[in-house]
Amino acid sequence: MIDWTPFTLSFKLAFVTTLILLLIGIPVAWWLANTRSRLKPFIEALVSMPLVLPPTVIGFYVLWLLAPESMIGSLLEKIGIEVVFAFPGLVIGSILYSFPFMVQPLQSGFESVDRSIIEASYVAGKSQLETLLRVVLPAIKPSLLSAIIITFAHTIGEFGVVLMVGGSIPGKTQVASIAIYEYVEALDYEHAHIYSLIMLAISFAVLLSVYWLNRRFKRVAQW
Amino acid sequence: MVALGLRKILRDFTLEVSLRIERSEFVVIQGPSGSGKTTLLRIIAGLEKAEGAIEMEGERWLDEDGSLPPQKRSIGFVFQNYALFPTMSVLQNLLFVQNDKSFALHLLRLVDMLDLKERYPHELSGGQKQRVALARAYMRRPKVMLLDEPLSALDPAIRTHLQSKIKELHEEFGTTTFMVSHDVAESYRLADRIVLLERGRVREILDKEALLSHKTHHVGEVVDIKDGKAYVAFMGQIFRIPATKDMEVGQMVPLQIGEIRAL
Repeated sequence: MIDWTPFTLSFKLAFVTTLILLLIGIPVAWWLANTRSRLKPFIEALVSMPLVLPPTVIGFYVLWLLAPESMIGSLLEKIGIEVVFAFPGLVIGSILYSFPFMVQPLQSGFESVDRSIIEASYVAGKSQLETLLRVVLPAIKPSLLSAIIITFAHTIGEFGVVLMVGGSIPGKTQVASIAIYEYVEALDYEHAHIYSLIMLAISFAVLLSVYWLNRRFKRVAQW
Repeated sequence: MVALGLRKILRDFTLEVSLRIERSEFVVIQGPSGSGKTTLLRIIAGLEKAEGAIEMEGERWLDEDGSLPPQKRSIGFVFQNYALFPTMSVLQNLLFVQNDKSFALHLLRLVDMLDLKERYPHELSGGQKQRVALARAYMRRPKVMLLDEPLSALDPAIRTHLQSKIKELHEEFGTTTFMVSHDVAESYRLADRIVLLERGRVREILDKEALLSHKTHHVGEVVDIKDGKAYVAFMGQIFRIPATKDMEVGQMVPLQIGEIRAL
């Protein structure tokens, strides 16, 4: 029998991470696409850091910042939130790790929007928020979808950060990628094979849907 | 009445304009490219910052205390590249501005776009898009209409048709209108007054009387200077006039009708 818990945990983690990142990523990407601030290169570099940093480094810092002995960790512990070696810790680590995968496609989407349709909305009396929600986001639907799907897929495939922050507690923090690692460690190649194959199929399906959707949108959006 | 006195430092020169315009007047702003026409329009709309003051029928849109954002100014703006919302149908483009369906349908009827109201922008021709943009700009029943070379991307037959539409809409609503135009024929057809802008300054304002009187200057754009002759675009054709020393290509020059020669 296959134990599906690691997969459901992976999906739950990816779902929560993507949802939170969407809410943080849209304003950050919008700001980056519109700002003339001198801080822009610094923020851009910061956003992209997880692309080049080893995941263990991110994991280590999250651990260090949120451990029960740390200031934030002890505060969270007092109000009864367990972070390290628990699901909330996985979410925080994943948010940091997948940040650029959400922000970068959104930012380039925002930058590609014709400035005059934004101005047309302003002179129509619409606020920046309403313009963003009703004019800009619908116009960058392909970028929005790739940002969501890639962030989701990237979080499912994550390993280092999750292992550092969450450990490998079955049913609690043991996501699919870590379960595979554990099976290999235990020389249980049969299960490792089955789990890997499932991951392979899921990843392929996700990427296929991104490219398929992009193709469809390009055909629809020829204006 | 619209009164404005503006100053803005641009890359090559300083834009310095003061104007008083009567309510319902149709003002065409003409001038060579890069003379600050579009910038002037964008400042009136609040899309660009400037020093100075704008007073609009008793309302202060700009003064030393600050600037009213474009959202709070009663304006309609038509962009050169139409700027229709790509994910909305023709009718939705209008309703986005103001959710007043009967007014939207009335405007679409005026610009002959009622039959195409369910189409999306990518399914329309340039002329059709600009008619929708024009109707959309009237949805707010603005005090001031700003038209930034709305017809320059269209071919001549469609231009003439759209000029009539602009004129009809102006007559129906009596909205004070500023229109940037390169086309001399167009300006003469639509304008009550023409403001000639050159390197950020008003060179001349031609009013209705001057337009109608025989002593008027006609204005043409210098397109080439060769062998002591200047070639000038005027009323959709190129004419030859004697060149003077300070003439430059791209400059708007007054023409003496007796002096111009067809090629």
